[in-house]
Parts: sequence; C-alpha cells; structure tokens
Amino acid sequence: MKAAPFDYVAPKTVAEAGASLAGPGAVAIAGGQSLLPMLNLRVALPDLLVDLGGLQELREVTATAGMIRIGALTTHAAIEDGKLPDGFGGLMQKVASRISYRAIRNYGTIGGSMALADPAADWSGCLMALGATVRISGLQGARSEPVDAFIRGQYSTSLNPDEIILGFEVPRPDTSLRWGFFKVVRKSGAFASSIAFAVAYGRGGPVSVVLAAAAGRPYSLPRIAECIRAGETAEEPLRAAVAQDVAPLIPRDDPYLMRLHASTVLRAVREMQAR
Amino acid sequence: MIFLELELNGAQITCDVEPRETLADFLRERCRLTATHLGCEHGACGACTVAVDGEATRSCLRLAVMCQGQSVQTLEGLENDRTMEVLRRQFHENHALQCGFCTPGMLMMARDILLRIARPDAEVVRNQLSGHICRCTGYAAIVKAIVAAGLELGRADSRNHA
Repeated sequence: MKAAPFDYVAPKTVAEAGASLAGPGAVAIAGGQSLLPMLNLRVALPDLLVDLGGLQELREVTATAGMIRIGALTTHAAIEDGKLPDGFGGLMQKVASRISYRAIRNYGTIGGSMALADPAADWSGCLMALGATVRISGLQGARSEPVDAFIRGQYSTSLNPDEIILGFEVPRPDTSLRWGFFKVVRKSGAFASSIAFAVAYGRGGPVSVVLAAAAGRPYSLPRIAECIRAGETAEEPLRAAVAQDVAPLIPRDDPYLMRLHASTVLRAVREMQAR
Repeated sequence: MIFLELELNGAQITCDVEPRETLADFLRERCRLTATHLGCEHGACGACTVAVDGEATRSCLRLAVMCQGQSVQTLEGLENDRTMEVLRRQFHENHALQCGFCTPGMLMMARDILLRIARPDAEVVRNQLSGHICRCTGYAAIVKAIVAAGLELGRADSRNHA
C-alpha cells in the first residue's frame, strides 16, 4: 500500500525539531525502518513528519574513561561494523548484527528503536542490562533518565510530544565485563519471541540479567542475577531462580512460554559463565 | 511538493516530489527505472533493494525526500560495474532465477555482500540474504551463484567496509 498524504519538515536544530513536534499530529522520523512500514500500511497517519536526520549532534559518539555516549542517530550497521568505541567486550556489536537485515540496519537507528519501544526490540533490553541512561531534549530543556524508567510499556516511553532522544550514556565497566546474549527468532531477521542478556562485572561484582519480548517491556530478573553473583553454576538452582523470575511476566499455565524464556535466559547465562 | 535534488546513477537530477512518495515509487513512476521491483512495500521481501550512498537500502522504506543530496544507484546504473557483471553471468550460468521478480533485489544485495565480505561461503550468503524472498523458492541456485561470483572476484576486488 501507499502512505496517506502528510507534510514534511527537516529541522536543522534540536530546538526547531522540538517546536515542530509540539504541533498537532506531528511524528518524528529517524531511520524510518519501523515507521515507513507503518506509514505504508496506514497504521500510522501523521499530519506532519519531522525528519531528525539533519540533526548533527544526534550523530555524535564520544568516549571518556567512564562512559560511552552514543548519538541517537547511530545506525545498527555502524555498531555492527565496530564503528563505536567498544567498552563492552563486543556485546553491542553482536546485538546489532542480529537486528533484522543488513539493508534495514543501514538506516535503522538506536534512538529510533528506543523511541518506538517495541517489546521485542533488542536495544531496550541491552541498554537496560548495561545500566544506560537516555538523554532527552524538549521545549522545557534537557533531561536524563535511566532506560529502565524511560521504557514505560508496549510502544510507550516517558517522551513528551515535543521531546526527542539525543542519545545514550552507557557506563564503561572499570573491570572486565562478561556477557551472554541469546534470542529466539522463528526466521532470521524477524522480531524475536524471546531475548535474554546476561552481564557480569568482574568476578563477584554486579550482575544484570534482562529478559525482553516476554512482556510489554524488558524486565530485570533479580533472582537469577543474585544466584550468579553468588557464584552458583549448578543447573537446578539456576533453573529454579529463572522460573521464579519469569513466572510473573507470562500468562499462567503456559508451559511453552515458560520453557521458551527459561531456556533463552539460561543460554545467555551459560554463554556469560563460559567467558 | 518538495524540491528534491539527488544523484541518480551518476547523473544529477532535480524533481518535485510529494513527501509521502517512497524512493521506490520515485524511481519507478517518475524516473521510469523499473528494474527496482516492489513486492511487499513494508520491508519484508527485499525486491526493491537499491544502494543509497553506497549502502544497501530498501527503497520502499525510504522516502524520496529523505534522499536529499544523496547518491542513489539502481540496477540500471550498474551495467558496467565489474562486480555486477560477474554476478549477472553467475546468475545466468547457475540458473539463479525463475520468474525473475526478486532478481533485481537479489543482485543489489549480492553486490553489497561481495563488497563487504570477501569470498563469502554459502552459510554467510544465506544469512546475509535472509531478508530477500524468492517465491519460486530458487534459493539454492541463487546462493550458489553468489558464492561462485565471490570466488571469481577474489579478495583483490573486495574491500571490507569494516
């Protein structure tokens, strides 16, 4: 199908973008790799499309000793190709390489993906596991928020209509970081049925385990994380902890979903423990 | 209407376009470049793949107005391209097309793969090509043709983007 008519502006500054987005029926577009299908299928019917592609400051990537700042317009392909300074042992590169298809990754952006907040998207869970913060700008000024608070639910974030994501701040581990990442996809490139991230800082340090695509938004799994931090490697206690963590996220009495998410999480955990 | 200026197959062109016009419709309807095929119009089939600033792009998922100042390459513009020349011959020799509808997208993506990855094996090609649908299900021959093209072109002709 073809998109219904809309107007189009390409602001040159973040302030201009905010002013355009504050108007009725305005929708922001970054890479457009999710929005274009929605426009073509007329699921999305904006009056005005505000193209963020010209905002140079959203493209900036900088690294300091303590953190990596990733501009919202950074594409999945750029991350896949290792164009980001890598502070996370290749985790983000691996995640990027498994998003959709190369032609989509060439335009799809990390900021666009986060703003859409699809429950089966990869970056929200990954950035949550890495303890990242979202930098946001709007007519009232700039603000920052942890990813965990930014993502409200299915296709829902804390963004006000006039606000856009500037980028992300991901704290760089000062010790070695071990990670595991596993996702179940029925066809390569399709949205996942289950995605798990496991991240451990040093030996005995903080551990984060996040499950995405199971519910409306990604969730941290505290019991399995604590189990791993305590040095547990035996199958039974890990399985029990995962089951407890996953149970509240899925419909009751669904053995398939329980097995699906539990194995996704355990495979991510095993991959991390093997590093 | 919005005034659009871009490079198309090496030539500078200007045109007034509607904001809602996709690059695919712009190419087919306004420029009469019909090698770019439209299958699903939502990014699932890969038939409309072109190169924008050298990167493989779904032309159904890109608005023409978003290509302001960019360089677009379609199959028509790659007649004398060395990689495409080899791919065309290998597709022919390996019977890598039946109805031909998916072929332009397959060729554009195949070229992109060979420019990024030197001598890809069948597994790599299958993975890289997974966003392209051939409803004749002629995948085996398509993969074979791309692997053969990669071997023929060799490392010397391939540059790794990464």
